[in-house]
Amino acid sequence: MSADSMIMLRRNFKHTVRSPTAVFNAVIFPVVLLLMFVYVIGGAFNVGASYIDYATPGMIVLAICYGLSATALAVNSDMTKGIINRFKVMDISRSAVLSAHVATSMLTSFIAIAAIIAVAFGLGFRPDASFPDWLGVIAVIVLAGFAASWITVALGLFAKTPDSAGMAIVPLILLPFLSSAIVPVDKMGAGVRQFAEYQPFTPIIETLRGLLTGAPSAGDAIAAVAWCAGIALVGYLWSLSTFRKRA
Amino acid sequence: MTTSAIAVSGLRKAFGDKVVLDGIDLDVGTGTVFSLLGPNGAGKTTTVNVLTTLMKADGGTVRVAGHDVATETKAVRAAIGVTGQFAAVDELLTGQENLQLMADLQRLGSGESRRVVTELLKRFDLADSAQKLASTYSGGMRRKLDLAMTLVGNPRIIFLDEPTTGLDPRSRRTMWDIIRELVADGVTIFLTTQYLEEADRLADRIAVLDQGRLVAQGTPAELKRQVPGSHVQLRFTSAGELDAAARVLTGATRDDEDLTLRVPGDGGAKSLRALLGQLDEYSINPEEFSVHTPDLDDVFLALTGHAGTKEIAR
Repeated sequence: MSADSMIMLRRNFKHTVRSPTAVFNAVIFPVVLLLMFVYVIGGAFNVGASYIDYATPGMIVLAICYGLSATALAVNSDMTKGIINRFKVMDISRSAVLSAHVATSMLTSFIAIAAIIAVAFGLGFRPDASFPDWLGVIAVIVLAGFAASWITVALGLFAKTPDSAGMAIVPLILLPFLSSAIVPVDKMGAGVRQFAEYQPFTPIIETLRGLLTGAPSAGDAIAAVAWCAGIALVGYLWSLSTFRKRA
Repeated sequence: MTTSAIAVSGLRKAFGDKVVLDGIDLDVGTGTVFSLLGPNGAGKTTTVNVLTTLMKADGGTVRVAGHDVATETKAVRAAIGVTGQFAAVDELLTGQENLQLMADLQRLGSGESRRVVTELLKRFDLADSAQKLASTYSGGMRRKLDLAMTLVGNPRIIFLDEPTTGLDPRSRRTMWDIIRELVADGVTIFLTTQYLEEADRLADRIAVLDQGRLVAQGTPAELKRQVPGSHVQLRFTSAGELDAAARVLTGATRDDEDLTLRVPGDGGAKSLRALLGQLDEYSINPEEFSVHTPDLDDVFLALTGHAGTKEIAR
């Protein structure tokens, strides 16, 4: 990352620390959700394994998504509050602002994921992953976080107001619920099931689940990587073109 | 002529088929204050956006600090500071952190940046609020912080786009003082305003922008010369009194509707004393006696054929 990006990253981190609701959304909420599903609801599902082992990979992906609304809002308020014009007329790198937002988003989600995994271990999560499997888990998390962050930055840039930026992110937050995050896809009704099978989060979650249970599936992994690469590219190109258009 | 800080010729800009700038030529000497005056929608902000590299022109050439804005964008950006219409401060950072952010982006060393930040906080009377978030600042404080941020890199050409719009009279005066200090340091100021008084007080040269064209350019004094001279206005309570006065003051023009009489003159003490003597001699007692010197409002009205901003805003 460039020096400009590092300066912007430091700025974003001060923002994150100073808006407690963003931290709450990003870190506490996924943990609360995990506790709720494991203790309150999960017992009702038969997933063929211990529910905490089943649910943790899904919660990891949910943790990525919950941090996104803060990112979209931050990007949008940079654009709408005029500070972006100050940066633009300064002799600094154009993409520094955007890549710093992506980095902030990813770092916040890593903190949330670390919290989720720690709590999951406390609740009896016992993965069978080997060391290379764990490296794979980290790679998938980084890739998914990168893709989700770029598409979020694009949505934040595209939205006209902070409110609509918040709304634009809602599908990204809801999408994991319609995947194999919480219950296996084959338990879902027709229609929903097909949707869940072919949406990007299912292969990402299944790849994580496979790696954590020590039985990774190549097909899921290829689909997951392809989805992430595609989403990241679209998000990146869309971000740049929107950024250029909006003065 | 001294060297030009800003030289614009034939600048054109349209959004779709709406022409916003229709061939603007202007020249701003180094170390002077140039004011672009015009009502809302005249094209002031568009001009600033083009001059500060935020927008590309459709035609014409623009050189700022000797560099072409279209081809030497980086060099232009390094030379200028811009304070836009809306305070571009980071609300989630404190005043000090905002200035520090600018210092970091300008790559000032830590000792240098500490010195600059402390000095600016003091100069703009923000030292007491330096540790508070900018979101808690009043409008006037935000504007001051905004301008302070612009000054961090010590730019030699500063663009101020309506720097006092929406400020209370006291903050406006503070802003004017700061602008004068900058000029004293040899900084070139490009100021847009819709307040005629502001341009009159601050600018060395004024250009009047109306519907994308410059309708006049010159010093405040030159512009004022383009309108009728000063006069004394007398107001009476009845038509009879007005008639009596009009008989005595033969050079005056009367307005029967307003019951006023306009007596041309240079506005000096001698001519006023003579006029008062005349009124006394004939026992004429006007209800109201006022001396008018032309202001830029009159200029604007005379130049554009429609009233200035205050009337338009109403």
